[in-house]
Amino acid sequence: MELANIEKLVEKYLKAETTLQDEKTLRTYFKESTVPIHLQEYAYLFNYFTNTKNETFAKTIELESKKSKKSIVNWFSIAASILLLFSILIGHQAYKRHQAKKQFEQISKGLRLLSLNLKKGEVAVSSLYVFQNTQINK
Amino acid sequence: MNQSDFLKKVLPFKDKVFRLAKRLLISREEAEDATQELFFKLWKSKEKISDYNNIEAFAMTMTKNYCYDRLKSKQASNLTLVHTNYKEKETPLDKQVEDQDSVNLVHLLIENLPLQQKTIIQLRDIEQYDFDEICKMVAMKPVAVRVTLSRARKTIREALIKKHNYGVS
Repeated sequence: MELANIEKLVEKYLKAETTLQDEKTLRTYFKESTVPIHLQEYAYLFNYFTNTKNETFAKTIELESKKSKKSIVNWFSIAASILLLFSILIGHQAYKRHQAKKQFEQISKGLRLLSLNLKKGEVAVSSLYVFQNTQINK
Repeated sequence: MNQSDFLKKVLPFKDKVFRLAKRLLISREEAEDATQELFFKLWKSKEKISDYNNIEAFAMTMTKNYCYDRLKSKQASNLTLVHTNYKEKETPLDKQVEDQDSVNLVHLLIENLPLQQKTIIQLRDIEQYDFDEICKMVAMKPVAVRVTLSRARKTIREALIKKHNYGVS
């Protein structure tokens, strides 16, 4: 194709007025011809387009759900969090019971101590009575 | 529609979906994930798409929307998609050399275009869809598509000329 034509096409190309057929012409021209210097940038452009179209998706497409694995993991995490919540609740209750038992023991120990000391006092006082009685009898 | 029918219908355009995703999401890994996800979605809605006469256009629209959404959520989490954020898994030496090439300069120039221009130039200049199809895919009027495309082409050309004249690359 002659240069004048290409120049015209390139003008139209910039204005986005070329048809797909025109653009194909341009692509082949810039691929196969020696390009004059003032059109060099188009060569870069069109060759880039041509090369890019060769890139492919190399992996195989999986239609089996990848998500199901994800949702299983999700369910596991939900179950685990419920379990955790329960164990915290139960643990908390056990702790409270333990605490109450300890308090009860402490209080009863205190009371025992009190009663022991009171008894000591009683013995002392009763001996005082004995002493008084004997003095009166004299 | 069974699995092999489905694959027969969708496999011809899997590369186009992948290339558009890669153009928009920039990283190869992101694009691969997106492609996988999109075909999985298509497969899920296989009953619906069997009625469409142009599954390919539908898939491309879906790809565009999906990638836009991904980009939005990336932006929301303050993560911009630029090359430096991703290491390509295997970068052979000749590809690195090619990076300095003018052909790859075009790649960078397209990358810097606004999202819509990027999408349309990908659909037109690389995938060679006709204007009617592109209008449907991007949900724009024909005039708007042409204007956008023209702007993108001019921007790239001017940048290329600049580089060329100053001989910076």
